[in-house]
Amino acid sequence: MPASAIAELLQTHENELLQEWTIAQRAAGIRADLIDEDTVIANSRELLKLLTVAAAAGIDDFESVQWSPIKGMLERLSRSQSRQGFTPSDTATFIFSLKEPLFSRIQQYSDDAAKDIWQINQLLDKLGLYTVECFMTGREAIIREQQESMLELSTPVVELWKGILAIPLIGSLDSNRTQIVMEALLEKIVQTESDIAIIDITGVPTVDTMVAQHLLKTVTAAKLMGAKCIISGIRPQIAATIVHLGVELGDVITKASLADAFQMALKELNVRLVTSATR
Amino acid sequence: MGKREIFPLKQETDIVLIRQRVRQAAEAAKLGLVSQTKIVTAASEIARNALIYGGGGECMIEDTVRNGRNAVHLVITDQGKGIADIAKAMVDGYTSGNGLGLGLSGAKRLVDEFIIESDLGKGTRVELWKWR
Amino acid sequence: MADKIPILKMGNYLLLSIQVDMHDQLALDLQEDLTNQIVKHRAKGVLIDISSLEIVDSFIGRMLSHIANISRILDAKVIVVGMQPAVAITLVELGLSLDGIATALNVEKGMARLEKMVSDDQLLEFERGEERDISAEAGD
Repeated sequence: MPASAIAELLQTHENELLQEWTIAQRAAGIRADLIDEDTVIANSRELLKLLTVAAAAGIDDFESVQWSPIKGMLERLSRSQSRQGFTPSDTATFIFSLKEPLFSRIQQYSDDAAKDIWQINQLLDKLGLYTVECFMTGREAIIREQQESMLELSTPVVELWKGILAIPLIGSLDSNRTQIVMEALLEKIVQTESDIAIIDITGVPTVDTMVAQHLLKTVTAAKLMGAKCIISGIRPQIAATIVHLGVELGDVITKASLADAFQMALKELNVRLVTSATR
Repeated sequence: MGKREIFPLKQETDIVLIRQRVRQAAEAAKLGLVSQTKIVTAASEIARNALIYGGGGECMIEDTVRNGRNAVHLVITDQGKGIADIAKAMVDGYTSGNGLGLGLSGAKRLVDEFIIESDLGKGTRVELWKWR
Repeated sequence: MADKIPILKMGNYLLLSIQVDMHDQLALDLQEDLTNQIVKHRAKGVLIDISSLEIVDSFIGRMLSHIANISRILDAKVIVVGMQPAVAITLVELGLSLDGIATALNVEKGMARLEKMVSDDQLLEFERGEERDISAEAGD
């Protein structure tokens, strides 16, 4: 049966196919908590229509243009479903449950049913896999967004004094987090017109080359903007790592503790703290 | 989404226009401000190279999706004399003109993917990608 | 091109704010114009505000370095103020650190720093002489 005949079959039996497909989906289990039946039917009808149009132009090459509308529809569907809390199986079942009604039609009308069923089977498998793939990329996008918002939450830049900022880094730093933290710091420098920023890494267990490089780049960037950075709280192991990795610290100012760094910053700003005379 | 445009690169002012259009594409792809600045700067470097050393050409700007991430895709081509030794040209500080020699290597550091092809006597094609 | 970046004279200082996306010729013109103005006004300091610049590529970076070097020879201090964080991060990644160029967060801080740099540098006698001139004018 040529592709055009399959398209014709899809068209002439659209209503029966739709009905049987919906029944098959219901049998496989529709997530009544997440989707209502009208939506399922609307989705099915749309897909069936797109499938008819695409099949008319040939079903051999899944990469060719006639398949892009159907891919687009599946992509939208899978993405929104991945956000709504469907499982990949739920989403793939939507495609796979079309097999049974469609195969029985072909069996009925085709001269070489085995060959045609095989062909359609392959096609539906591709569509199914495609939905799963889209589902996964959709989910990855969600994870990425969540990671980003979490990183933003974990970057408190605090003002210690008029003109002195501090950013206490806690936990392990990867290059992504370091980058976000550093951008936040530089933004805050501009906002608060601070001359000095202290990057405190007391709470950071280890530093790799990438992270060390990012810290240094931040110091250089701050300098370009007209602010000075002090790195404080470098643990002995980290100091050893920095030397071992051969990271050039250049003229970066480092201090043992946040207190030392703060003291130095105050001195830079010509602020003197005086203990009131005790009697 | 999915807008794709081609701009000529024949004179200096074209670089300014390309920078503005790359910025727009980066905004459309919802890149962060730093990423936007990086891709615009990289485009500026490569476009200037193509103009000065390659005698001009054109720049394709596209906002698209790459591996599920929004992305800006640029292809800058020229019909100049090409680059004899790409590996050498990619080293910091190497320059055949009177620049700082940071154009190619610097631009590469600013983007997520950098592809350069050069045919001696036919021209150079640089492809830049920056994604979210 | 008709557009030109205005250079303002204020006492011993020259101020300029780059607010347009500069094409290369404009940058070269600025460099030349500024050099002439430094000589003409015997400027002691130059403040360049780049807070409106959305990008600084190696060409603009090189221009800033050139201006700083030329000014040094002409005995004028240069300070670049207001670089945006995204621009600074990009410049560092690009490999430009603009060594030897003084920077400040904004025009106000930049001006204060520039005045300090110039006064540190000038001979006391010279300063006194100038002050006398001003008071003499005021007396008239």
